[in-house]
Amino acid sequence: MNPGLILLVEDSPDDVALTLRALKSHHIRNEVVVVDDGAKALEFLFGGEGRPAAPSLPAVVLLDLKLPKVDGLEVLRRIRSEERTRIVPVVILTSSDEQRDMVEGYSLGANSYVRKPVDFVEFTEAAKQLGLYWLLLNQAPAAR
Amino acid sequence: MTPSRWPIRRQLMAMTLAVSAVVLLLTAASYGGFEVYSARRTALRRMTTRAQILAANCTAALAFANRGDAEEILSALKTDPRTQVAVLYDRAGRVFATYPATVPAEVAPEAPGRDGSRFERGLVIGVAPVAEEGSRRLGTLYIATDLQEVWGTLRLSGLIGVAVLAVTLVLAYLMSRILQGRISVPILALADTARAISERQDYAVRAAPGTTAELAALTGAFNQMLERIAEQEVALRRYSTELEGLVRDRTLALEERNAELHEREARLVAANAELDAFAYSVSHDLRAPLRSIDGFSQILLEDYGGVVDDAGKDALRRVRAATQRMGMLIDDLLRLSRVTRAELRIETVDLSELARDVGGDLRRGAPDRVVDLRIADGVVVQGDARLLRVVLENLIGNSWKYTGKVADPRIEFGAGNVDGERVFYVRDNGAGFDMRYVDKLFGVFQRLHAATEFEGTGVGLATVRRIITRHNGRIWADGKVGGGATLSFTLPA
Repeated sequence: MNPGLILLVEDSPDDVALTLRALKSHHIRNEVVVVDDGAKALEFLFGGEGRPAAPSLPAVVLLDLKLPKVDGLEVLRRIRSEERTRIVPVVILTSSDEQRDMVEGYSLGANSYVRKPVDFVEFTEAAKQLGLYWLLLNQAPAAR
Repeated sequence: MTPSRWPIRRQLMAMTLAVSAVVLLLTAASYGGFEVYSARRTALRRMTTRAQILAANCTAALAFANRGDAEEILSALKTDPRTQVAVLYDRAGRVFATYPATVPAEVAPEAPGRDGSRFERGLVIGVAPVAEEGSRRLGTLYIATDLQEVWGTLRLSGLIGVAVLAVTLVLAYLMSRILQGRISVPILALADTARAISERQDYAVRAAPGTTAELAALTGAFNQMLERIAEQEVALRRYSTELEGLVRDRTLALEERNAELHEREARLVAANAELDAFAYSVSHDLRAPLRSIDGFSQILLEDYGGVVDDAGKDALRRVRAATQRMGMLIDDLLRLSRVTRAELRIETVDLSELARDVGGDLRRGAPDRVVDLRIADGVVVQGDARLLRVVLENLIGNSWKYTGKVADPRIEFGAGNVDGERVFYVRDNGAGFDMRYVDKLFGVFQRLHAATEFEGTGVGLATVRRIITRHNGRIWADGKVGGGATLSFTLPA
């Protein structure tokens, strides 16, 4: 059992490094699974060729929108359409603040929409807030 | 059908016959009157003559009082069956002899009346004196005959009159038929021609010329009218053809223009889509490397602060500052492009409330600053609330920024009327600007202040102007160096 699993769906290695560092700098020591495209994220959640689905669901999914193969909004749609993953918290973490991305993200059932700030100090702060909220404060129903 | 609605043929006939009949009746009446008069006169004259002859014949008988002779003389009257009665009176006025010989006393008048002839009780009465040659009157003769003679004459005259009337009317009828044929036939022919023309619309047809002066004038006028109609028809055709051509040309031109417009619109849509894609891409991709630059510079500063000397640290800080400026620039440009692309959602917007909101945000961002913010109440307009908020954020934000170095900063927002137009303004007592460069104020990346003095990207006022323009409004600025600035704009509903 690892209730504090974070699934980070991010294709930019820089962003992955910065995100991991930001989480670490606030002593968020939860296990972080990183996948660099949408297809891998779906495979992790639902299983795929010769690979079973992850035994436990992540406490939160940090989801980029612009991803290779399957984009973030499609991943979100799949997560929300499956009974098993319907209630998993999904935080969209992206560069874009385009209205249509936000509107579509929220209407597909995103729990939060966070725009990655250019300023790394702000970025670190945002990561800290996210970790605090979704990993500590937010109460999820018991996993079935 | 009243006579006035009769066909002209019938009216002419009726008129001719009526006139003939009236003339004939008048003639007959006057002739009849004359006939009656002359018949009566003749009858009286004859009666006088007869009475005088008979009276002369009776002279001897009366002179010798020979009643037998007298009666014999009177009996000669039976040859004339019209004689009703004759009476011979003696000198004393007594009845001496009568015809017929026995006459009831009441038939024989007691007195013969005055001499001469007269009409009395439907009879012609003749009274003549009986006298010897040139001397004494011996008695009086009275004769009464009926009016058979007069009636006979009059009956004959009447019959002749009626015959003449009948023959004349028949003749008048026949003649009027011939004559009116000469009038009505051409008129009817004219009517037929007119009908044929109106049915076939062949204005080349002409009516046959009339036989009389009036009919000739009528058909002449008719033909002239036809000529005019034909001319006008030709002109009308020409105009209509010209008009059709014109319409065709215009339609073609319009279609061309439409096609052009469609093409332009398609190009515009394509350009907008491209811009959209570009902005989207900028929003996603251009910021990502900046984040890396900033992030790793920060990591260098944090993790390798001991290895890098102060100059190195300063360089890293400059890298970070530049990166963040770049981020802001990208954000501002994105906003500008969004303002251009966004669809306007016009609604009622309380600018006063928006301004207070923006002011509140600014105060929260810089809690230690004391600024006299004066916002007029009840400034309500029609516009896109989201975009108008961007306008106030920029304008009030600018004032906030440029009053940062004055002793008692003051920012005003309000509205007034200038030449009947509602004008909104944001005024401050800040750094102001040089009016010589006012044209540069609203250009993209145009700045009137050094970045070291007041930071900014130079995109804000360009964005503001675009929003105002999209609301069909105008924006202008007044100011002087060190004397504050006033940004005014209009927002036609």
